[in-house]
Amino acid sequence: MMTREEALYRFALRMGDNALVLSHRLSQWCGHGPVLEEDMAQTNIALDLIGQARNYLTYAGELEGKGRDEDDLAYLRTDREYTNVQLVELPNGDYAFTIARSFLFDAFHLPLLKAMASGKDERLKAIAEKAVKEVTYHLRHSSEWLVRFGDGTDESHRRAQAALDELWRFTGELFEADEAEQALAKDGTIPALADLRKEWNATVDRVLGEATLKRPDDGHMAHGGKRGVHTEHLGHMLAEMQVLQRAHPGAEW
Amino acid sequence: MPDSQHEKRFQERIDAEQKVEPRDWMPDDYRKMLVRQISQHAHSEVVGMLPEGNWITRAPSLHRKTILLAKVQDEAGHGLYLYSAAETLGISREEMIDQLLEGRAKYSSIFNYPTLTWADMGAIGWLVDGAAIINQVMLTRTSYGPYSRAMVRICKEESFHQRQGYQILMTLSKGTPEQKAMAQDALDRWWWPALMMFGPSDKDSVHSVQSMKWKIKRQGNDELRQTFIDRTVPQAEFIGLKVPDPDLKWNEKTQHYDFGKIDWEEFRNVIKGNGPCNRERLAARRKAHEDGAWVRAAALAHAEKQAKKKAA
Ligand SMILES: [Fe+2]
Ligand SMILES: [Fe+2]
Repeated sequence: MMTREEALYRFALRMGDNALVLSHRLSQWCGHGPVLEEDMAQTNIALDLIGQARNYLTYAGELEGKGRDEDDLAYLRTDREYTNVQLVELPNGDYAFTIARSFLFDAFHLPLLKAMASGKDERLKAIAEKAVKEVTYHLRHSSEWLVRFGDGTDESHRRAQAALDELWRFTGELFEADEAEQALAKDGTIPALADLRKEWNATVDRVLGEATLKRPDDGHMAHGGKRGVHTEHLGHMLAEMQVLQRAHPGAEW
Repeated sequence: MPDSQHEKRFQERIDAEQKVEPRDWMPDDYRKMLVRQISQHAHSEVVGMLPEGNWITRAPSLHRKTILLAKVQDEAGHGLYLYSAAETLGISREEMIDQLLEGRAKYSSIFNYPTLTWADMGAIGWLVDGAAIINQVMLTRTSYGPYSRAMVRICKEESFHQRQGYQILMTLSKGTPEQKAMAQDALDRWWWPALMMFGPSDKDSVHSVQSMKWKIKRQGNDELRQTFIDRTVPQAEFIGLKVPDPDLKWNEKTQHYDFGKIDWEEFRNVIKGNGPCNRERLAARRKAHEDGAWVRAAALAHAEKQAKKKAA
């Protein structure tokens, strides 16, 4: 059996990894967005997420008690030690893919945070309370764009539908609780992930309906990110992200 | 009223330090000069996102990554304010962007240099934003109201950028031998291009005289450059970096630094399009614009459908 400390550590790490990896992906749009306002919006979201990631990783380091700080955890773990869901690590693709990826995650992230904000762990509560406001905006942003794409032109509709179809198999993992998440759900620190599906379904159906996009069928679902088995993309992302820390061990920046 | 009367009154208002506002009468050439300058300035902010954007995914700590992201985002915001200021003169953002992408509009040549190491993030903040501030502080007093007000907002953020850049180099210069070398190398590469940011010497500058008369510009290029050098050299010394100019020395008599010859041949060459990254920068902007075309079309189509629904 896992101790509560250990379960909290693993969960904080997971939340930090999800936020950090998605933030990194979104930050890749900075300077390359379809319109300047969107460079700014995606950068805003990336900034919110990196802020959340830093809170979680700092907390994880404290729970672990081995003196690792946010940067040790972000820059000196391998991809096999990252435990984010695969959905957030997928490369940006076109703007419809980026928006759809964000939407599917945001629609899960927001109810999770809301439930955490009334959970039992003070630190997680405090992080979640602040994050709820931010992620409310993220979900609004991704929903509005998905509707624009679904409703806009034939091309945007086609691209948005293709993105959803491609991304769908990465959504199952969001609701699969690992040992740590099961333990924390039992004592009311976090919600049972399976229970979030209802609200996620409702959000997805509402927005896809408005966007006149078709909800893909649940087929085979990809998973493994939570135990450090990722797509091939994460290794490349981390190689780039970690290059200076790896090349100059122990240096201060 | 005949134009000559208008023009006389216009100059009187300028001389009396009254701001010109969008609806006021203004000489055609004043409008043209401003459109050129403000759009060039806006393009510089936007193209300027690219060299620093190059290091966002490699920033060496979460703290530095946060600061860099926020900085590049600020530059996008500056681009937006400036495009809006130019639009008050009767040109649209689309027109300006087309001019940039077709190579008909300029942007600051400094952004045609490559960012090769992390220390370049320090050098850009410290030197490039530092030089920009000196120019922009002057422009807070420019005669055109919307431009002047945009500058007031922008200057506040630029001084953050400058401090954060200096911070990066200060940290590196206290770091490992490799980090120190990285910092010095960045200063060696960015120093002269930063001095060129103020433009050619006043005696060789075509637009300066009229621009000063209309108080678009308030100080000459040489004076601004000297202010920058006088301010920056002690900052370099303070963190133990050596300015790459053997002729640089303090002059007791003038109370300024004397400095070596600027290679204006290089400057002209970069402006002509032959800098190390001119092609890459424009190609990146074109790609973003072209890849984004369907996104903008979708947003427009959706908005039109919504408007129709509302009207029905
Ligand atoms: Fe700026
Ligand atoms: Fe700046």
